[in-house]
Amino acid sequence: MSADSRFDGPGPDTKWSDALKAGRFCIQVCELCSSSQFPPALVCRTCGSPSPKLVEASGRGSVYSTTTVRNRVGDHNVSIIELSEGPRLMSRVDAVSPEDVRIGLAVVTEIVTYQETPILVFKPEAAGS
Amino acid sequence: MTETLRGRIAIAGVGNTKRWDAPGRGPFDQLQEAAILALEDCGLGLGDVDALYCALSTSGLPVLNVAERLGLGPNLKQADGTMVGGASFLFHLQSASAALAAGLCDVALICYGSNQRSAGGSLVSMPDPQPYEAPYRPRYPVSSYALAAARHMHDYGTTRENLADVALAARRWARLNPDAFERGPLTREEVLGSRMISDPLTKADCCLVTDGGAAVVLTRADHARDLAAPPVYVLGTGVAVSHRQIAAMPDLTTTAAVRSGQAAYAMAGVGPADIDHLMLYDAFTITTLLFLEDLGFCAKGEGGAFVSSGAIAPGGSLPVNTNGGGLSCNHPGMYGLFTLIEAVEQLRGRCGERQIRNAELALAHANGGVLSSQATAILGTAATL
Repeated sequence: MSADSRFDGPGPDTKWSDALKAGRFCIQVCELCSSSQFPPALVCRTCGSPSPKLVEASGRGSVYSTTTVRNRVGDHNVSIIELSEGPRLMSRVDAVSPEDVRIGLAVVTEIVTYQETPILVFKPEAAGS
Repeated sequence: MTETLRGRIAIAGVGNTKRWDAPGRGPFDQLQEAAILALEDCGLGLGDVDALYCALSTSGLPVLNVAERLGLGPNLKQADGTMVGGASFLFHLQSASAALAAGLCDVALICYGSNQRSAGGSLVSMPDPQPYEAPYRPRYPVSSYALAAARHMHDYGTTRENLADVALAARRWARLNPDAFERGPLTREEVLGSRMISDPLTKADCCLVTDGGAAVVLTRADHARDLAAPPVYVLGTGVAVSHRQIAAMPDLTTTAAVRSGQAAYAMAGVGPADIDHLMLYDAFTITTLLFLEDLGFCAKGEGGAFVSSGAIAPGGSLPVNTNGGGLSCNHPGMYGLFTLIEAVEQLRGRCGERQIRNAELALAHANGGVLSSQATAILGTAATL
């Protein structure tokens, strides 16, 4: 085998979902330039080096934008959360009705099960943990 | 070596099937009809085509399928099936212009067809899973645009009334276009009272779902001058790629149209104040606002007030989406090529009741994905060379 050993082992998406299954919400931080990013990738999107490392995230952030998706069976929230480390991700805010989710709302993450898979959702920080 | 492409390539012919609800016709049927119409428009035939550019949401191998159906294979010297959503065809325009200028080919056909409406109305989902979005069940693509609209409202005080006025301007233009799909009267109250899909966007903030086919034929400018229709010159093009998922967009209120626009203006040697006619891909009302700002027709954050002043409606200072746009004329899944066709028709003076007087310089802008890809083209008459 002459493959480059730096890239041995599972890929970044698998590493990330394995961590989530173990109850840890991670983002990547570049070992070279210290930039944070999500979703995970093989390279740092800031400096271009193949050096991002999975680290546990604070789980805190705020709502960057939000929409209520209307359905006959009921409405649900979809939000973009800006993590305190900087990266953003799509998620939803639970524990409040969809129309009460506001841009700027401080939120904390929790891991719930969706279709037998752990996923990240958020709830208002004020709701406690 | 930098050798400008300004004015070296022309749109020689355009084809538009204008069949917005055509059961019994597949995407390739619409595409083939449009291709024939575009070639006939300039007096060329399928045997003259030696470069093919196409993208479809219904085919993973569009170049192969189209080349086989139109019998183009044996003559093709150049082909490109770049797929970046609705902006694909303006990406093709830039690639085809470069290939023609370099002498790789002589006659390029850019073409598209869709039966999105008669096939059942929903956007055909391509095999492009987004595992970091899917669990949250956003409605694709409208929820992504709704998130951009919500942030624009938060940052700049843009209102739902401002968005509604985009839809009203489009409808007023459509009422002047006998080929527009929706031509009925429309009020602000009707737009605001329309069914909410993904807040703040209602059904009336969303583009139509239609069938349709479109094609354009490109040649070098000297060749175009010998053909049957008045050439419309490609003065500037620019393309830009931003993200795939909406959460990865760096700033939800500023699109990569800033970059594609700057490139197109620089190549054409003109600025926003010089443009007589403007086509902005209006997949949703918010996109018209964003592109007015990002292409320099008003300051960032002022798109809402600009639109509500009546500027882009018939009789306003800046004619925008004069065919009625994706909101009221047609939107067969990927609409980009129709922005070019209306710009060409306006510059040729073929637009009847909606014709802009003395239109010499037009800008067509297309969007793809979820504000993901942006492409700008500046077109002009012979007087602008």
